[in-house]
Amino acid sequence: MSAPHHDARRRQQDWLRPVLALGLLLAALLAWLLWPATPITVTSPSTPAADAGTIERGRYLATLGNCQHCHTARGGAPYAGGRAITTPFGTVYSSNLTPSPAGLGSWSGDDFWRALHHGQSRDGRWLSPAFPYNNTTHITRTDSDALYAFLQQLQAVDVPAPAHQLRWPFNTQAALKVWRTLYFEEGQADITAAGLPANAMELQRGAYLVRGLGHCSACHAPRNALGASGLDPAGGLIPAQNWYAPSLTNPLEAGVQDWPVDDIVALLRDGRAGTAVVTGPMAEVVQHSTQHWQAADLRAVALYLQQLPRTETPRAAAQAAAPAPLGAKLYEQHCAQCHGEQGQGIRGRDGQWAYPPLAGNRAVTLASPANLVQMVLNGGFAPATTAHPRPFGMPPFVLTLSDREVATLLTYLRTQWGHQAPPVSELDVQRLRESATR
Amino acid sequence: MLLATPSPMPVLLRVFPFSRLRTVLFGAALGLALSAAAAPPKFEDSMAQRMQACTACHGEQGRAGPDGYYPRIAGKPAGYLYQQLLHFRDGHRNYRLMTQLVEPLSEPYLREIADHFAALDLPYPAPAPVDLTPQDRQRGEQLALRGDPARQLPACVQCHGSALTGVLPATPGLLGLPRDYLNSQLGAWRNGLRRTQAPDCMATITQRLSMSDVSAVSGWLASQPLPAYTRPARALPKPLPLDCGAVHGHTADASSAKVPGGQR
Repeated sequence: MSAPHHDARRRQQDWLRPVLALGLLLAALLAWLLWPATPITVTSPSTPAADAGTIERGRYLATLGNCQHCHTARGGAPYAGGRAITTPFGTVYSSNLTPSPAGLGSWSGDDFWRALHHGQSRDGRWLSPAFPYNNTTHITRTDSDALYAFLQQLQAVDVPAPAHQLRWPFNTQAALKVWRTLYFEEGQADITAAGLPANAMELQRGAYLVRGLGHCSACHAPRNALGASGLDPAGGLIPAQNWYAPSLTNPLEAGVQDWPVDDIVALLRDGRAGTAVVTGPMAEVVQHSTQHWQAADLRAVALYLQQLPRTETPRAAAQAAAPAPLGAKLYEQHCAQCHGEQGQGIRGRDGQWAYPPLAGNRAVTLASPANLVQMVLNGGFAPATTAHPRPFGMPPFVLTLSDREVATLLTYLRTQWGHQAPPVSELDVQRLRESATR
Repeated sequence: MLLATPSPMPVLLRVFPFSRLRTVLFGAALGLALSAAAAPPKFEDSMAQRMQACTACHGEQGRAGPDGYYPRIAGKPAGYLYQQLLHFRDGHRNYRLMTQLVEPLSEPYLREIADHFAALDLPYPAPAPVDLTPQDRQRGEQLALRGDPARQLPACVQCHGSALTGVLPATPGLLGLPRDYLNSQLGAWRNGLRRTQAPDCMATITQRLSMSDVSAVSGWLASQPLPAYTRPARALPKPLPLDCGAVHGHTADASSAKVPGGQR
């Protein structure tokens, strides 16, 4: 008589146990998510210096990292923050780095290092990963202190940056906690790229600049649905801007494994090298940052980029170019005058390309058509640099060519002169036109 | 090109007054003219060649484009053009296409670009017909030539020159511009989207204008033919009625840093 009763109780217990366990687990998870973060303890190795030499070094480090570009509103006071950065999750406003109450006025060198190295604010709040702390975590404490010394002597601007406008749940500390747990990897004290000979000082310097201060992967690495990217610069579409930052490991994109070091240096310093020209967001990087780098740093980065392991996508099998009379007509009408009947380009008086060749140009054949469409719709100039002070402009065609015409023209370019790139659709152009005129 | 061809024709026709030959000759001349028009201009390493990114919208050699919006830039004072290039870069004027174009350029190059377009001296086309009521035409003319002291509105001519062709070094001419462009600029100034160095006199003036004033004065300006001499005046006969930072600040420092408030 007691056996069935006993079984029922056991059955009840069997059912209860996992529910209880799950409940406890959920409670623990919730507690972890909502537990307020406290500032991570950091210890300063020594009192940070603020002598003229340190400040000057900090100024140069800020140029290496192009800090000013994001931390200055368009037309606003330098480093006073407030620039709107559009992300798929809402708008983030860069912070004020000047030594004012609204900026870093009450921050210590330790606080600054905590932000760079751990992505955490002075009061313990986790920072938005729009600030590339997966890169800044690799900056050394010495460099962090020099940057701090430089920022602390700037003219104080006491204007707080506007609050971020992010959608729920991306506007919560809990979401940032999850994000960090999944994607943040703290930098090690001494950065050595895997496989580098330990004595290759130049390569180490290059790796440090590319992965740390230079934060190349912030654009050149693919981002996942939660906006996370690793350090591998395998190419990625820049969210909201809709420019494709090409792969630095693939020689068919922007990989420079087959380039002479001097050409890599020239591209970063002058904004052009051979038939290559930087455009779009990279033109801004050259203008504000790399053209001002010291020769040794340019060379170190060039050497490092040159030895990155190759990732090659197989080329499409050769096919005969389909006859495209409309594409040919549009090319003849709008492009041939500057880029040549056969896409051969035109050289200026200085012997350099005034208008780069399109035949054999890897910017034309990138798998992503984003940059080509951007160039045709909006036109543009190469950055004006010391070696290239008066660039020739590409006219915008946003008013003169329809989506269909741009698609037809670009498909023609991508299948002429031995090119084997996928076609561009009217929809591709339409999407980019909308984002360009927004 | 087509307009230039008739001049040799009468001479040829006098020599060969046969109707068949006339047709053949006319056809040949037309063919020549068409092929000359269609042949792409040869590349030259010049400023004009570099500036094709600008002339695509602002018209050949910086004359106003055909779509009735983009302003003519040829012959405007260099100081004014340079300030506007900086303003687009720094977000004090908002037009994304312009901002993207000027962003990667250095200040010396922007200055050279301004000088290039300022130095062009090109004929103006006849003004496009403008639909204005007689009352609006009268009001527009009043605002442009005499102002409205009751509303503390100076006349356009008091700053932009008695011929309204601008004044050196930094005051633009107001004639030969599309009405849509004038309307949108006065509107943008009125609601703070277009700004310049403080004190921003145009912001003050546009806030005193009603919307119907804007429409009247833009319509009147857009319908005026150009005088024989179209270049900007060297100086104003009298001092400015208002303090204008864009004019006074120009000689000392044309930088946009003096514009209050950055763009968010």
